[in-house]
Amino acid sequence: MTVKLLYFAWVREQTGISEETIELPGEIDTVSDLMTWLKARGPEFAAAFDKSDVIRAAVDQTHVAHDAQVADANEIAFFPPVTGG
Amino acid sequence: MIRVQEADFDIAAELARLTGGRTDLGAIVTFTGTVRQGAGDDKIDEMTLEHYPGMTEGELERVEAEARSRWPLAASLVIHRYGRLAPGDNIVLVITASAHRKAAFEAAEFLMDYLKTSAPFWKREVSGGNARWVEARASDDADARRWAAPDKAAE
Repeated sequence: MTVKLLYFAWVREQTGISEETIELPGEIDTVSDLMTWLKARGPEFAAAFDKSDVIRAAVDQTHVAHDAQVADANEIAFFPPVTGG
Repeated sequence: MIRVQEADFDIAAELARLTGGRTDLGAIVTFTGTVRQGAGDDKIDEMTLEHYPGMTEGELERVEAEARSRWPLAASLVIHRYGRLAPGDNIVLVITASAHRKAAFEAAEFLMDYLKTSAPFWKREVSGGNARWVEARASDDADARRWAAPDKAAE
């Protein structure tokens, strides 16, 4: 299953990319699993997801917790806590 | 109604467009958030607001719908800017209109508290040539939580 990943703010700066499309490995069930998998992709991703507990996620443009399922996701975004307004 | 835009907004024009000609309104609240320059070590030269196109609009619509389900609003508007901003520039506009002031005041405050913790915007400040991402404040989460449903708030 392919899924679009998006990165914002300092997560984007550290990964070095704003978006990509990947083939989601079958063993990944949750947002947390996906972050663990991303961390192992190289030094940029390891740095970006080092403080993964503070990173927020959205699945198909809806805020989700780290234990949310990603099986049916089309788009998953990772970003720091929001600071608008 | 919600809008996400790079361009500035004209508060008087937006107010006239939203409420002009209506005779059912008794209270209109207008809130504008602007870029604060700060002082000393916190003094900033400029700011860039990044956002998540698509989700931003979705979250603002969700927050506005929630406000309209909680208060008897006759009209409402949220405009949020993104891109490069200078101290003093407008960032966000919230207008709420109702028959009575309490609903308009409360709904405007609710909209701001909720959008600050849910709309996917990120502020990056430049100060003396150094850029840094603004950190989220715990007090913003607390401000949003106080609007929890009444049965939850009483617990």
